[in-house]
This record gives sequence, structure tokens and C-alpha cells, in this order.
Amino acid sequence: MSNTHADTVLFVRDTMLPQQEPPASTVGALGWAKANLFSGWFNTTLTILSALFILYLLSGLVPWFASPTWYAASLTECREILAGHEGACWGVIRERWLQLMFGFYPSELYWRPVLALVLLFVAVAPVLFADYVPSKLLGFTALYPFIAVWLLWGGTIWAPVMALLGFVVAFFVFRYASKQISPALALIAGVIAALLWWMVITPAITPDLSRLLPIGIEAVQSRQFGGFMLSITIGVTAIMCSLPIGILLALGRQSDLVLVKAICVGFIEFIRGVPLITLLFVASTLLNIFMPPGTNFDIILRVMIMVTLFASAYMAEVIRGGLAALPKGQYEGADSLGLDYWQSQRLIIMPQALKISIPGIVSTFIGVFKDTTLVSIISMFDPLGLSNAIRADTAWNGVYWELFIFIGAVFFIFCFSMSRYSMYLERKLQTGHR
Amino acid sequence: MTTLTDPPAESFKLSMLIYDTRYRSITFQTIALIAFLLLIGWLINNTAQNLVDLGKEPSFGFMNEPAGYDINQRLIEYNSQSSHLRAAFVGLLNTLLVAVLGCITATVVGVIVGVLRLSGNWLVARLMTVYVEMFRNVPVLMWIVLAMAILIEGLPSPRDFRGEDAVASMSVFDSVAVTNRGVYVPEPLFARGLGDVSVGGLFEISLDLIAILVVLGGGLFVSNLIKKRADVTQNATGVRPRTWHLRTGVIVVPLLILLVILGFHLGYPELSGFNFSGGIHLRNSLIALWLALSLYTAAFIAEIVRAGIMAISKGQTEAAAALGIRPRRIMSLVILPQALRVIIPPLISQYLNLTKNSSLAIAVGYMDITGTLMGITLNQTGRELETVLLGMLIYLSISLIISSAMNWYNSRVKLVER
Amino acid sequence: MKKTAIFGALTVAGLMAGAAGAATLDDVKARGKLNCGVSTGLAGFSNPDANGNWEGFDVAVCRAVAGAVLGDANAVEFVPTTGKTRFTALASGEIDMLARNTTWTLSRDADLKFTFVGVNYYDGQGFMAPKELGVSSAKELDGATVCIQTGTTTELNLADYFRKNNMSYEPVPIETNAEAQQQYLAGACDVYTTDASGLASTRATFEDPSAHVILPEIISKEPLGPLVRHGDDEWGDIVRWSLNALIAAEEFGITSANVADMAAAAGDSPEINRMLGTEGNLGEMLGLDANWAVNAISAGGNYGEVFEKNIGESTPIGLARGLNAQWTEGGLLYSPPFR
Repeated sequence: MSNTHADTVLFVRDTMLPQQEPPASTVGALGWAKANLFSGWFNTTLTILSALFILYLLSGLVPWFASPTWYAASLTECREILAGHEGACWGVIRERWLQLMFGFYPSELYWRPVLALVLLFVAVAPVLFADYVPSKLLGFTALYPFIAVWLLWGGTIWAPVMALLGFVVAFFVFRYASKQISPALALIAGVIAALLWWMVITPAITPDLSRLLPIGIEAVQSRQFGGFMLSITIGVTAIMCSLPIGILLALGRQSDLVLVKAICVGFIEFIRGVPLITLLFVASTLLNIFMPPGTNFDIILRVMIMVTLFASAYMAEVIRGGLAALPKGQYEGADSLGLDYWQSQRLIIMPQALKISIPGIVSTFIGVFKDTTLVSIISMFDPLGLSNAIRADTAWNGVYWELFIFIGAVFFIFCFSMSRYSMYLERKLQTGHR
Repeated sequence: MTTLTDPPAESFKLSMLIYDTRYRSITFQTIALIAFLLLIGWLINNTAQNLVDLGKEPSFGFMNEPAGYDINQRLIEYNSQSSHLRAAFVGLLNTLLVAVLGCITATVVGVIVGVLRLSGNWLVARLMTVYVEMFRNVPVLMWIVLAMAILIEGLPSPRDFRGEDAVASMSVFDSVAVTNRGVYVPEPLFARGLGDVSVGGLFEISLDLIAILVVLGGGLFVSNLIKKRADVTQNATGVRPRTWHLRTGVIVVPLLILLVILGFHLGYPELSGFNFSGGIHLRNSLIALWLALSLYTAAFIAEIVRAGIMAISKGQTEAAAALGIRPRRIMSLVILPQALRVIIPPLISQYLNLTKNSSLAIAVGYMDITGTLMGITLNQTGRELETVLLGMLIYLSISLIISSAMNWYNSRVKLVER
Repeated sequence: MKKTAIFGALTVAGLMAGAAGAATLDDVKARGKLNCGVSTGLAGFSNPDANGNWEGFDVAVCRAVAGAVLGDANAVEFVPTTGKTRFTALASGEIDMLARNTTWTLSRDADLKFTFVGVNYYDGQGFMAPKELGVSSAKELDGATVCIQTGTTTELNLADYFRKNNMSYEPVPIETNAEAQQQYLAGACDVYTTDASGLASTRATFEDPSAHVILPEIISKEPLGPLVRHGDDEWGDIVRWSLNALIAAEEFGITSANVADMAAAAGDSPEINRMLGTEGNLGEMLGLDANWAVNAISAGGNYGEVFEKNIGESTPIGLARGLNAQWTEGGLLYSPPFR
């Protein structure tokens, strides 16, 4: 047999061939390109079209961006430097970027808003990065609003301290009263105690306190707020204040009490049904008419109130989504433990529902933060409003793109990083639940 | 209140109002109602007091006075002598126009981008990601202003079309003029038109349009009948008769005949005086707002579409492939119809957002309801309370109508769970 | 119980209503700052510089009033307002006075219930067109595309003018002057219409101002002046006479440089003496210090100085005095006597 075999077959391999490289067209850059860019005529066309589009954009934009006008002091100077060529006039950014960031905030006090922003990150860290940050910091989170208000607006330290003490008083009254009478009555007692503290005791003793212990920093008028600082202040205030209101509204919307539910649904649908700009018109033209005659608080405060109302309607929907996502067993489990409504909300439902809602809350915040640009329409100096004011300066009359690009880029950086965070969180939550 | 004073049991104690679950809800609701009414009463009282102080009486009488200003884009007859009410109505129609155009475009762009983001083509997928992130993370007001600036700076002005050595020329066989004042496209004209009919004295509708719509509707109806008969035949015999030529015929032929009877021809825009005249003038403000709103909203819709597609389990794709369906048809026949059910609820809120964002029209001078009623009318009459409240009411009604219509549609396509 | 609560709320509201409505002068003095409404940005009239300091022609009026009332020209809180928010801000008491290119009209006086205390700039609505368009008169503008700033009397005047002359036009409404300028320069509109002063200041900032003409027709009267609320005549008097002091100071040759000297001792002219407080008690009549006018004038100089510094021919705006010259020089500025 072997002979026949040897006769019929001329050559038999008795060793393995060394492993060969895969064909050059399927590995490396080339293979990757073939698989991802040029698989089939359709994809190839798409790739070529996109590449041409990108090239076209770059060829137009790069020379415009690379323009040696950083030190120009006016648009005319820019035009002289460029001598007829197309190019950006970056001098306006160099001269005004601080204004675009802080508005008219006194420049020697810039550290205060910066510190407030840094502390904001510290304050939200235990909420946003609960795995890495000790939860003891939550105490600081609760203190943060008072610190921030004091840092931004300045003035005597006693105003925020007294405001904070009001909450403390309310808490202790509630604690004490809830042992004597029913929790609901105790809650009412707590609220009344806090109101008494704020309306009667605070005005009576704050002036004396500030005279005795004059601890304070230079006060800044809210009219001096502007630029991105204004946007962030409005956005953060609106989100922080809208969270409790939103929780109440969401609970009200889920409630069995027909009247309460009707009021909550009516409020939420009304706010969500009208554009923010009309609410801002209300803030700028009507809110003073709705308030008791003689009350007069400044436009920034009015805008904050309206934006807070706006945000709380959206927040209520986000939290309602979180409540709906909780398995029914959680509610039943809480009931079977004999917890009453508020106890089960506080101990079982809300901690979980809020955790699920964080991505939604972050995207609500992004939306509100972007929407703060609308205040430029009612004559406030947010970045867009400031860009108009800058163009009214004879030195910069006629500058458009540079300001738009700068403002757009800053917004992009803020919003993009927040949306990335929210995505990360969503992924984390997803694995946690499956 | 009657329930409170009318206790069912003899052993009613006041504390039962709080502790007894039978009464507790009534107690709380009464408290809530009282608080709510107090709040409303307080607000109304303040308002009344303030208005007296300012010497103003709330009344809508000013709405019937002549507006005194002109509006460039008017879908119905309007001039500066028309009333403020009519100006508001012109604005409302402009709002609705840009909202409808925007929603359609945003949906088309959003679906395409959402599908392309999942494309195997690396470059295209990245490009779409960049588009989505750029538009989602920059305020819509900036995009509107930017779109307007690009249109104004990037396109030729009508002056450039003039003279022997004109810099710019008209496109599409000399029928469309793209200028930085807007786009002029040919308009349909009827040599033997039927005239207009007035609707309740408010506005006029062209009878030609009605005639065309009637004929078109009739054609579609007949075409549907043919299809149904073909279905019956197919069910009975197993062979589907060829009907496409009949079906297009019953739609197209009567329409063509009607157009010939009406003397249909196109009116081309041409340069005369300062501007182009003739044709339909799509103003820059409309185009900028339309583009910016639809591209901005499309970025959100793309994400919704992508999430919807990814929510469909991979088994569906594999099963469809196993049946021998081609990839593109898998997308359109298997994946998208299922994804639609996930997509529609968030899509509704995007439509609402787009409609509400159209109120930013004043940034580019598009005269929508915010620009007319809550803009110039407010300025000229000084009636803040009436105009702003009326404007909010109008927006609220639009939102409620859109959301109820879309919810009705949603409930129709929703999977019936058993 | 429900009723009592409502009545309680009503009483509280009523009490607060009674507390409101105190004199503006006392409010301003108590606050130590004058809240003055200005435009959000109009070259030459009001705009913030890189350090956030406001400057301009309208701003100078605010500073003069602050000087007269508080003795400190910098004790002003500038409240930027748009065409939409300006009247509400004034009516609601958010600002004490409005100095923002506001045209004095009957309806604003009687219907919106404001008091115009005078005129600080006599203006009129004009048209600007590129030279290459070959237009020499507004009568030739039939069919033109016209850029207008919304929220002003401008669009009403424009509608009236074209209707009267039986011409058609295409209005392009624009929120701010800066955007209007952009559209006009790009050729998105044929002509730009606003107050002639605005046209001049806009043209001054163009790359090539000589390529644009301002058409000879002035289609409206636009007396621009500061205004206050109805119902506080004492405050209205203070603003009115602060403005008059600036105008009279130019007539009498009092400048920011020599006002201190002239006020140091009584001079020959009784009227100057009365105005500067070295004679008589005019300041007391207004409820102000005797040297109120001195402070108002030293805030930024007399009317002529303010004009030259912000919008005059030496500035990029380059406006001629024209109607805004003293009556002695053929203009309309005419201050009532200080007596």
C-alpha cells in the first residue's frame, strides 16, 4: 500500500507548515479600514462623502481660527493686522473673557464665586460618586447652600446662619413634638416654629448680632452677577430648590387624594405646557404685579423663582419616573413592616427612587443650564446678553463669530462633561439592577 | 364640609380627623384646598390692588384697535390697519407653521442620524456622534442665532444677481433664487382659478386648493377600494391581481385633468426693483428657525431612535436574517416597527419641546405669537398682564392638543398586552 | 375660619399697600443708590466697558441725577432694560428713572402713566442705504426690504410713512442694533431705519463708512428724554431740574473744570449764583442740598461736555450738535430760568 501510495503521490508533507500571517487586507490599519470604512460600495461612498465634508470644513475653519489677533485692542486693529485676509479677531476674547465668566462681579472678589464652584463639587461628590466618597460629607452638602449664598452675595454671616438655625429649630421642635402629638401635627408645629424664627426672631436680633460680632465679607449686589457665573447660579439654585418641590409634586401626583392630585397635575401640566420664555416674561413684567404692593425684589431673584418653578415641574416628572420604576414589592414590603406613609417614603421608597432618578436629574440640570441663555431676552447679562453689550462697545462693534464660538465652546464643555457623567451613572445603575 | 359636620358614628372625636384613615384624607384635602384658595385669593387680591395703584384696568378692548405695525410673513390677509387680535392670529399661524415644518424635518433627520449612529461605517458613526453631541450640548438659542448669521453672511444678496457680470445666479433651471433674504421658489398659479371663499370672515381659503384636496382625497379613496378588492381576490384565489397602474391612475389622472382645467402654471421669481418678486418667498428668519430647531431636536430624536433600536433584542434581527430577509428590510420591516413603540412616548415630548422652543423666534425676528402678541403688541399697548396671560393660554392649548393627539396615536400603536 | 383667614390675608396685604408709595426721593436717599434704567447696549448712549463701568450719553444723565441727589456720581445702580421690560421696570418701582432713548409720546404720557421730564436728545427717524443702491430719497424705496429694531415707535412710524406714500415694503424686525447692523451690512436688507443718531453711530463703526448714505428724509419727531412714574411730582422735579442744570450750565459757560471755583463764592450773575447755591434756596425747594447743581455738573460736565465726550464729533459716533445745540446757537435746547 505504502508503495502504491508513494508511487501515486509525488510528495507528502511530513511537517507542519509555520502559521502564516493573515492576508494584509484583513489586519492592521488596512484591514480595519476595509471592514469599517470601505465594506461595499454604499459604505465607501458614505466614507468618501464624509471625508470630503470634514476636509471642506477644516480647510475653511483652520486658517480662520489661526489668526494672529490675540493682542488686538479693537476690531479696527484686527482688520489692520489681518490686512484683508479672512480671520478671527481673538482680541475681544482676551479683553472680555473674564467679563463673560463673571459679569460685573468685582474683580478682586473673583475668588468667591470660584471657591463656591469648587465647594459645589465637594458638596455634590457624596451624592454623585457615592462609592468613592465617605457619606459623612453629606453634612457638608446640607450646609452648602448657606455657604454658597454667603460667598456669592457676601454681607454679614449672620443672615445665612440665622436662616440655617431656622431649619435646626424646626427639626428640634418636630422631634420633640412628634413624641407628644401625632407626626402630622408635629410637622405643622415645626413649620410654624421655623416661620416664627425667621419672621420674628431673626429680624429682631440679626442687626444686634452683626453689630456685636461683625463677621462678614463685602456685600455684592445681584445685579453685578453676569456671564457664566449667572447661568450657573440660576441653574444650580433652580435645581437645588426644585428638588424638594419636585418630590412633593411627584408624591402629590401619585397620591390617592383627588384634590391634591388635581392641584399637582394642574401645576405640572401648566408649567410644562408653556415655553420658558413666557415664564420669564412673567418674571420680568408680571411677578411684581402678583406680589403685595411695594414688594420689590430684584430681577435675578424673580428669574430664579420662575426658573425654579419651571424646573420643579420637570423634576416632578423625573422623580415620578423613578417612583414608577421601583418594583411594587418595595411598597408592599414597607407596608408589611408596618411603616406609615411618610416613614416608608423616607426610609424605603425615596432613597431608591432618587438614586434611579439621578441621571434624569442631571439631564434636567443640563436642560435648565442651557435654557438660562433665554434670560438674555429679558435684558439680563448672561453670556449671550453680554455678547450683545460687548458689541455695543465702539471698539468691538461688528464682532460676532468669536464671541459665539467662545460661549458655545464653554457651554459645550460644561454640558458634555455632565452628560458623560450621567451616561456613566446610567451604566452603573443598570448593572446594579440586573 | 358637610361630611365633616355629619359624623356617621356617635363616638366621633375631633382627633379622628387626623388619626382615622376614614377622615384623614378629607381633612388633608380640605386643608390643601383652603391653602390653595388662599394662595389664589392672595395673588388675585395683590394683582387687583397693584392694577388700581398703576391706574390700569384689565380689559381686552385693546385687541380690537388697529395694530399699526406690519408683519412680513403673513399666511392670511393682514395690514397695519388690522386689529391686534388679527396680528396675534397671524403670529399664531406662523408659530404653527414653523412647528409643523420643524417636527417633520426633525423626525426625518433624527431617524436617519439615529440609524447611521449604529452604522458599521466607523467614520459615519463618529461623524453622527459629533453632530449629536454638538447640538445637544449647546443652547438652542445659540443655534438659532448662529443659523441666522450663517444664512445672512454665507448667501449672496439680491444685489449680486443683478447686472451683466452677476456674482450669483439662480439655481435649478433658473427657477429658484437662494439669497440672504430667503429662498424664492416658483409658486403654483391658476389661470382660471376658482377664487377664494371666506371662512367666518376671519380668513380666506383658496377654492383651488380645496378642489385639489377633494380630488386627491377621492383618488386615494378609490385607490384604497381597489386595494381592498385585490386583497379579497388574493384571499380567494391566491393570486394577487396587478393593480399598481390602476391605483396610480385613479390618483394622478383626475388631478392632472383638474390642473389643466384650472390652467395651472408656475410663477417664477424674477429680479425687479430691490428684490425678487413673484414666487413663494421663504424668509431667512423662517429658514433659520426651522433649520436650527429641527437640527437641535433631531439630535435628541436620534438618541431616542438609537435607544429604541437597541432596546429590540438581537434575537429579532437574527430570526429575521434566518428567514432570509435582507439587512435593509430587516431594519424597516422588523426592527423599526417594534422600536416605534419604545420611541413614540419620548418623541411626543420632543415635539412639544420643539413647539415651545419656537417661541425663541424673536431672536431672529420671525413674527410668531411671541413676536406679535407678546412682543410688539405688548410694547405698543403696555398691556403686560393681558398679553402675557393670553399668550401663555395659547401655548398651553397648543401643547395640550399636540400631547392628546400624540397620546391617542400612541395608544393605537401600543402593543396590546395580554 | 376660612373666611377669617382670607380676611386676615387681605388685611396684611392692605397694610403693606399702605406702607408702599413713599416718596421716591426718600427711597433713593435711604438706599444710598439711584436705580437708573438704561439700554442693554447702544454705542455712545449706554454700554458697559471691560471693567463693567457704564458709559454713554444716557448714562451721564443718570450720573448727574445721582450727583444732585446723593452727591456721588457713582452711586448709581444701572439696570439694563429692553424695549419690552423698560416700562414695567419703571412702573413697578424697580427703577427710579428711565434714561433709555425713549420717545416722548402722548400715549406713553397719558396711557402708560409716565412723566417725561424733558428732552435730552432731539432725534428723528431716518434711513441709511448703501451708496451703490443709487437711492437718494426715501420716496424711492418702494418695494425695499427694511431692517427695523422691534419694540420701538420706529415700526409704527415706518408703517405710517409707507402707507401715506402708497409704497410697499418688506419689514425685517430685529431685536438689537448689533444684529440689525449685521443684516444690513450683509445685504439682507436694502435700508436700515432707526433714529438718525443711531444710524450715525452705526455707520461710524463700519469698515467703510463712506459707502453708505443717510437719506435726507426724517420721517418722524423723536424727542428722547428721561422719564419717571406718574404720581411723584417732587421726584419728577428733581430729575427735570438736574437735566435743566446740565443744559443751563452749558449756556452759562459752567464746565466740570470751573464749576468748583464758580461755586466757591458768589459771582456777578444772580442766576448762576442761584443755580450753584451761593444765593437763594433753590436746592431746599427741591428737597436737596444747596450744592445739588454743582454735584450734577461735576458728575460729567455740562450738556455740551457730555455730548462731546460720548457722541460728539471727536468720538467714533461723530454726531453734529444740529437740533441739540443751545437755543442761542439755533438749536432747541432751552432751559427754563433758575429762579
